[in-house]
Amino acid sequence: MVSILLSGFGGQGILFAGKQLANAGMLAGKEVTWLPSYGPEMRGGTANCSVIISDDPIGSPLVNTPDLLVAMNLPSFEKFEPRIAKGGTLLCDSSLVSAKSTRTDIDCRYIPATALADEHGLRGMANVIMLGYFLSFNNLFDFDFFLDAMCAKIPASKAALIEANKKALKLGYEYKG
Amino acid sequence: MIVFEKPHALTDTPFHYCPGCTHGIVHRLVAEAIDEMGIEGQTIGVAPVGCSVFSYNYFNCDMIEAPHGRAPAVATGVKRARPDRFVFTYQGDGDLAAIGTAETVHVGARGENITIIFINNAIYGMTGGQMAPTTLPGQVATTTPYGRDPKIHGNPVRVCEMLSTLSGTAYAERVSMDSVAHIKQAKRAIRKAFEVQKAGLGLSIVEVLSTCPTNWGKTPQEALEWLKTDMIPYYPLGVYKDVTAKEAE
Amino acid sequence: MAKSLMKGNEVIAEAAIRAGCRLYFGYPITPQTEISETLAKRMPKVDGLCLQAESEIAAVNMVLGAASTGARVLTSSSSPGLSLKSEGISYLVGSDLPCVIVNVQRGGPGLGGIQPSQADYYQATRAMGHGDMHLIVLAPASVQEIGDMTQEAFDLADQYRTPVMILSDGAMGQMMEPVDFEGHTPRELPEKDWAACGTEGKRRHNIVNSLYIEPDVLEKIVKERFERYDAIAENEVRYEDYLTDDADIVLVAYGITARIAKSAVNACRKAGIKAGLMRPITLWPFPEKHLAELAEKTRAFLTVELSMGQMVDDVRLAVEHRVPVHFYGRTGGMMPSVDEVAAEITKIYESMKKEA
Repeated sequence: MVSILLSGFGGQGILFAGKQLANAGMLAGKEVTWLPSYGPEMRGGTANCSVIISDDPIGSPLVNTPDLLVAMNLPSFEKFEPRIAKGGTLLCDSSLVSAKSTRTDIDCRYIPATALADEHGLRGMANVIMLGYFLSFNNLFDFDFFLDAMCAKIPASKAALIEANKKALKLGYEYKG
Repeated sequence: MIVFEKPHALTDTPFHYCPGCTHGIVHRLVAEAIDEMGIEGQTIGVAPVGCSVFSYNYFNCDMIEAPHGRAPAVATGVKRARPDRFVFTYQGDGDLAAIGTAETVHVGARGENITIIFINNAIYGMTGGQMAPTTLPGQVATTTPYGRDPKIHGNPVRVCEMLSTLSGTAYAERVSMDSVAHIKQAKRAIRKAFEVQKAGLGLSIVEVLSTCPTNWGKTPQEALEWLKTDMIPYYPLGVYKDVTAKEAE
Repeated sequence: MAKSLMKGNEVIAEAAIRAGCRLYFGYPITPQTEISETLAKRMPKVDGLCLQAESEIAAVNMVLGAASTGARVLTSSSSPGLSLKSEGISYLVGSDLPCVIVNVQRGGPGLGGIQPSQADYYQATRAMGHGDMHLIVLAPASVQEIGDMTQEAFDLADQYRTPVMILSDGAMGQMMEPVDFEGHTPRELPEKDWAACGTEGKRRHNIVNSLYIEPDVLEKIVKERFERYDAIAENEVRYEDYLTDDADIVLVAYGITARIAKSAVNACRKAGIKAGLMRPITLWPFPEKHLAELAEKTRAFLTVELSMGQMVDDVRLAVEHRVPVHFYGRTGGMMPSVDEVAAEITKIYESMKKEA
């Protein structure tokens, strides 16, 4: 079982990114849940969602101690970094979060996703770049499988959007930190 | 030779109304209109809470008893489920213009293709003579024992005038039960209201000024007289809206 | 059929359409609005109607009108809206009208909050309207179950001529899980020969009514309805047992809370505590007989709710002091964590060990 917490500002596509993980998990034949921020956490400038991907039926859909935290702003980092499970992973958008984790019991990964998105004309797609980077160091999903799962949800009429998503996912996947 | 017959759309159940009450006449006029149009089998009526609560026993068409004030909403549900049916509500002034004002206004706003028969007798009858939203200024009721004082109890609601401002209201006419001539006009108005529904034009409402001798503390004759001298001046008779007239122009 | 990833609220809308419901009347309120919004998109595509009423009161009465004609009809709301609907629901019950009502619960009382809650249990099971009355109350605990139960709810309503409530909550409504709509087997249902849909001149008029002015007649009608309730209690009780066979402590929880409770049971089992979970799926009728049976086997119960303790009363009534019944709850929109519930189980277990 992998429990994931994605968190950032509203408008960064946090919920969208979470849905891509849950959707890919479902297509891979796993049990999945996706729960948007629905507690006091939704105050204080963070939007977040819990995603669980598991081989067994899922009990609580709430993620309190995530195996993976995707933090896309400072309040999210400050709030949730201490809660990451031992041996878990922190994935931070370093263009927006200047702080660094001092924990030694977790794997910390930093990617300037928002800056990369801006540089490559992918404004607003830092979330997808983060997902791509996640795929590069975690073996939960094969890159092509994930890309197909994500693009299958986009109507063929929006070909430009499909291309942009591909580009963003690849950019994150090939990022060398 | 038959000279007088009960309309088929009325059942044989005897009315429970008080002597001199004009509900019975209005029931008959509605039933006559249904008979004339041959629509009894395609009509669904909605009864209110108030004196006419038992009207479901009196009409031969399928009937539904609504919660107090909610007949227009119930009728909306019926009509939306069965747009092929004629749907009417039969409501008193407390039901329609107090507790059910929102429901009444919004069937007008939506232009629900239903017919409302609205009995305005300026009093709560069934509960025993309390102030109605249509009780006249100065009129004595058990809850306005010194007469309705607009400064304390507010002003009466003129329903036809109000509903005629709504785009979805196709037809609104106020009629009266005080004379044979006015009763005949009431019949024409009720028939017209069902015809408007048949044409699918929107909300049709006929407001019928009626008597309540029991709670007005008057004899039936005095009640008819008071209806003429006091109610009609405050609630002028006539057609307040008729979209078919506009079409004819 | 392949599963889709959908929100609980969206699934209610889609499942209602699959169940042949073509009429929805509602009024916007958080956190159930996705039901209306999904139906606003979907209904016109299936020649159905999604109508936004002027109020909750109007909406439930539109349901009454549509149900009177024999049509399948749905309304949904969240806690404060259910209070407004309660008058109409009593009339629906008194008129023996089938329909489906959804409550996506939020915190209360008053305007309360918009976060998930289970504080409307009393209202749903005890006093959803005035008078001697009940309605069937279903409590799904997964998005798939929401899909299956919404379809089943329409069948139950038609079979027993009663409103059926789906008691969801903000978390169940917003949560996404994979779902398909293949799980429901339609029931054989009686003809709706009582419907007020126009006589066509072929029968006596039908009257849909809840008024019986003669007390002896009203008593007879109510008693007949309660015979139907007996049949429902006999035939329709549903629950899920999870590791209750050898459990020293049995948790009782429904809906989203049952999910958290299940995880807590698993955590405690790993720690060597024999915990189990009994999840009521029907809240009315309540699985009281089954609880009484469990009371003969287990040493304690722990009821977990998103409230100050409501269902726990039904658990106590069923257990009849055979063994202690404990309660743990969060309210106002707060959700207990798995650790919190596991700690509560551990605490009870330790005190039982001490007593022994």
